[in-house]
Amino acid sequence: MKKFMQIVKRYRVFLILLAAELVMTAFLPQIGLASLKASGNNILQMLQVLPAVFILLGLLDVWVDRATMMKYTGKGSGLRGFFISLLLGSCAAGPLYAAFPVAAMMLKKGSSVFNVMIFIGAWSATKIPPLTFEAASLGVRYMLTRLAMSLVTLVLIALICDRALKEEEKQKLYALHQEEEA
Amino acid sequence: MFTYILYGVMLLALLISFLKDKKKTKMALKKAWKAFENILPQFLTVILIVGFALTVLSPETISKLVGNESGLFGVLAAAVVGAITMIPGFVAFPLAAALLESGAGYMQLTALISSLMMVGIVTIPMEIKTFGKKITFLRNGAAFLCSIAMALLMGVLMK
Repeated sequence: MKKFMQIVKRYRVFLILLAAELVMTAFLPQIGLASLKASGNNILQMLQVLPAVFILLGLLDVWVDRATMMKYTGKGSGLRGFFISLLLGSCAAGPLYAAFPVAAMMLKKGSSVFNVMIFIGAWSATKIPPLTFEAASLGVRYMLTRLAMSLVTLVLIALICDRALKEEEKQKLYALHQEEEA
Repeated sequence: MFTYILYGVMLLALLISFLKDKKKTKMALKKAWKAFENILPQFLTVILIVGFALTVLSPETISKLVGNESGLFGVLAAAVVGAITMIPGFVAFPLAAALLESGAGYMQLTALISSLMMVGIVTIPMEIKTFGKKITFLRNGAAFLCSIAMALLMGVLMK
């Protein structure tokens, strides 16, 4: 019973929203049913990529130790760290919110804040699969122009976020992700 | 196609890991499940909201909002719509192409696409859990402004 209550508590926001949506469906069946259907489709799409993303994440956690991750993407990893983070984000699949657990793992393993933000930027803007759709729908020239701009933008945003965070705030962030493990 | 590659890589990695160390592999799978279960409540919440937003702000509604609108208001509207909705790339780009045909300019399209990809209002609670408030608001704010800047630049470049 106690365990059940714990589960209810963790999922309370979802449950409240679901109840609200069901009530809405009773009054506005058109919007309600379409919303539920869209959410259902979303879940199916999510289930297509997420198992692979999370299993890779688990393997990364077990096999790549902190020292290695720090060496390649940590503070002072330089241009190599930048390109690794960029590539890691660009080769990803799934919506941006699937990137947050991966980013959390990077922080836990000691990647620099700058590189984690590069990773997030790449995941959001330079992911390879959507680029193919972009080229097909809007032309190669458009895709390449936007890609070039995205690259500049993601470095700029990563720089802003990195500079804005004071050293002690960064340490706090790292500490937060270390704790989560324990 | 890309999903197959992803699964190929995952299965290969899993196989190598299993051959090298069964115990570690089991631990990796446990960790994968834990990480997934950990974030599942938020995933489900986001998906509910996105489903609703997608219905209210359907492609037809979006094209009405930014379709024939030219000028800066259209750019701003497109960026706002992009920030609050979440549409996967394979839906967004054909939609953008359709918008272009129905009279929207490259500026509005770029604002929509860029903020769609980089700004996520709905996922802000999840992002805060990972990065804290400061980075989350900075990143989303900067990404929003950059989307508009990219749109304006694209309007000049794609004449």
